[in-house]
Amino acid sequence: MRPALVPALLAVACATATYGGDERAEAPRTADERLEIPPPPFSEGIFPCSSCHAGMPVNRTRRALTEMHDDIQLRHDEQHRWCLDCHDATDRDWLHLASGERIPFEQSYLLCGQCHGEKLRDWRAGVHGRRTGNWNGQKRYLLCAHCHNPHQPRFRSLEPKPAPRRPERPKEETGGLP
Amino acid sequence: MKRDPSDAPAPSRREFVSCAAGAAAGFLLTACGPKRLVEMPKERLHAALRELERQYSETYGTAVTVAETPALPGVQFAYALDISRCIGCRRCVYACVEENNQSRDPQIHWIRVHAMEKERGVDFSHSDPYYDPKEVPEEGRFYVPVACQQCENPPCTKVCPVGATWKEKDGIVVIDYDWCIGCRYCMAACPYGARHFNWAEPSIPKAELNPNTHYLGNRPRPKGVVEKCTFCIHRARAGRYPACVEVCPVGARKFGNLLDPDSEVRYIIEHKRVLVLKEDLNTVPRFFYFYAT
Amino acid sequence: MNTARLFARFTTGSLRLVLRGNSTYWAWIAALAVLIVSGAFAYAHQVQAGLAVTAMRDQVSWGFYIGNFTFLVGVAAAAVVLVIPAYVYDWKPIRQIVVYGELLAVSAIVMCLLFVFVDIGRPDRFWHLLPPLGHLNFPTSLLAWDVLVLNIYFVLNFAVVTHILYRAFTGRPYIKSVVVPLVLLSIPMAVGIHTVTAFLYNGLAARPYWNSSILAPQFLASAFCSGPAILLFVLQLLRRFTRFEIDDEAIWKIAELMAYAMFLNLFLHGAEAFKEYYSSTEHLLYTRYWYQGLGEHRTLVPYAWSAVALNVVAFALFIVPAARRNWVTLNLGCLATYAGVYIEKGMGLIIPGLTPDPLGEIYEYYPTLIELRVAAGIFAVGFLVFTLMLKVAVPIALGEFRVDREARSDVLDRLPLEPGRA
Repeated sequence: MRPALVPALLAVACATATYGGDERAEAPRTADERLEIPPPPFSEGIFPCSSCHAGMPVNRTRRALTEMHDDIQLRHDEQHRWCLDCHDATDRDWLHLASGERIPFEQSYLLCGQCHGEKLRDWRAGVHGRRTGNWNGQKRYLLCAHCHNPHQPRFRSLEPKPAPRRPERPKEETGGLP
Repeated sequence: MKRDPSDAPAPSRREFVSCAAGAAAGFLLTACGPKRLVEMPKERLHAALRELERQYSETYGTAVTVAETPALPGVQFAYALDISRCIGCRRCVYACVEENNQSRDPQIHWIRVHAMEKERGVDFSHSDPYYDPKEVPEEGRFYVPVACQQCENPPCTKVCPVGATWKEKDGIVVIDYDWCIGCRYCMAACPYGARHFNWAEPSIPKAELNPNTHYLGNRPRPKGVVEKCTFCIHRARAGRYPACVEVCPVGARKFGNLLDPDSEVRYIIEHKRVLVLKEDLNTVPRFFYFYAT
Repeated sequence: MNTARLFARFTTGSLRLVLRGNSTYWAWIAALAVLIVSGAFAYAHQVQAGLAVTAMRDQVSWGFYIGNFTFLVGVAAAAVVLVIPAYVYDWKPIRQIVVYGELLAVSAIVMCLLFVFVDIGRPDRFWHLLPPLGHLNFPTSLLAWDVLVLNIYFVLNFAVVTHILYRAFTGRPYIKSVVVPLVLLSIPMAVGIHTVTAFLYNGLAARPYWNSSILAPQFLASAFCSGPAILLFVLQLLRRFTRFEIDDEAIWKIAELMAYAMFLNLFLHGAEAFKEYYSSTEHLLYTRYWYQGLGEHRTLVPYAWSAVALNVVAFALFIVPAARRNWVTLNLGCLATYAGVYIEKGMGLIIPGLTPDPLGEIYEYYPTLIELRVAAGIFAVGFLVFTLMLKVAVPIALGEFRVDREARSDVLDRLPLEPGRA
């Protein structure tokens, strides 16, 4: 996924999530039903990965990629891990956990949660990450990948909105004549 | 007792009648005259709000609604802010300005973000609300946004001489903008600098007006009255998050019903290290600051 | 003679008294009129544009107007408390002193109410304070208490003094059974109005500079050393320009009592300073801002030390008997105590209490020209009210303005303007 997309995604997530869903949601029955998660933020045209990888031989040697995906610079524990530690070698449409169990991209949070367990717990409770919608009804979460680029999770800085104006004396102090 | 010749003579019939008429007028005026919105009977309140809607719509050239949504039963609002996440981008400040129809000139911000040094910790006397770097977060700094804490024991409602501000059943401290006399005693009493005054006629560009208002919240205010954050009362009472919660790009702001065991705010209070500002003043704020990490 | 005609005589007679005076009198009235007109125009501008024309902002939301209000409540309280020594020391012109003290109290309260009126953001909603049309948040709000006690005090003083004077005008004694209890009541009320005003500030936990138990006693001490200063001036002026008589001893005794009050005032300030500087918590910031400034924010420092100097000088001049008895030093002392307490209680109480603001920000407030003009106008109104009332009260007190003399208007031509006329 292109790193440059992250701020753009943030902006999109901000803009779309803020004022959507004006109708009052029906009271949901279970906690799970109150969740609504948008689809994973794939780069355009990149999914399904099997469209290219289906026939390809699997090369499990750890290396820097040169022919494709060379735009991805891994800066996420890159000393100890590389692509296939998260992406499933046999079917690139899936990710895999440490146990080898395959998980879909829609549940990528399970993968992140392996190392970031505390964040996963907080995210489930709605305390980590943005949540929009109704505090007593339908809530919208985002996947980890919506805000954190899994290949370069460190946030870019943002330009702050303007500082407040300092309090100032009135420009004209005399109050007119007489 | 000897009757003093200069003592007042017995009231004449004319005097009595004019006195009685005055008393009747006074009674009528008291019963039908202007009152605090909170004391008005329902029909009069409806009529007053329709009149307000008419005036606002005329002034701003768009259909403005003024809701009177009451507090939802079984709801006690609370707010939690993660100061390990806030990057000081101020998007909450400006989302609030737009959502709540704050004056652009003179500028009113209900939220004020204070940059602090990580070395010093939370220390307002050394904080800086006017930081203006190219990018945030700045090295070695963290950010603490402050707005009305919706205290459980509010010092501001105690001191209002005319009873124009009070705490609603769901915990939001509100102001009756048509009753406030602008004495600013509540501003002196607030330990968080959360109340703001309309020093001049407020100005909102017509195109930026938010027409969905609440009579105790974000309807356009007149000159000479006090205003402050109301937890976006018009949104919260409709089940929605306040604007600041939704716009925060890092998800530092959390809001919900303290009485709901599944709410984020309950989770935070039960699992995170939570602090409140100026705890020693015993204001018991409904606004909690915490460190998620 | 029936009530209406009596009252008409009184009114026309008063009007004649008030419209009669030498060039000094008219120069004084003219000066006051100029200030009042200027103040009225400045206030009109403020009403039209909003309080933004003052220097007050969210960070320092009270300023010059409320400072003046606080000072004048002290003056109003002190004026009446002179009644206590008047009875205790059994001075001959007791009635006169009481009357003039009450007239001063009335004028001061008028100014207090005007200062509050010009400070609120919605003066058109002033009636919201007045039950039954309005809603007074009594007893929770100290401002509600203040509205109540100030108005009661005003009515009390106004009623007593007009009763005494009107009765004197009609040649009859005042009703002792009514007046004496009311006058005695006005003493605790005087203490009460200033205590309530002190509690207004004292009760705010958000403002550590004010949230100190010492505030109410300190208010009273500073009131009792500054309020009588005006009365001393007035008594000397009356002695000079009319046939009013008062013993030198009485004036010197008042000055001596003011010295003790000033000592208490200085002591309480010293106690405050000790607590702040020795404990050296973050609350020291407010006191430091007043006496030393904070960083480059030093606007109030000259005023702080001027007030200290003036108060100390006043104390010295009043405590030394020889200085008390010398008319020059006595009047210098009066000026010094009035000025010193005016600074310390006006700006020196309000601004440092609000600077830095609750979130640590420093906005340096000092009044704009509009605020000064409005304040000057209000002082002029107060002085005018006092002058006009004195113009009628003094002749009544001296027995020269009485209903049985009114029939002969030529007697007014003989109203003495220099002392010593028979």
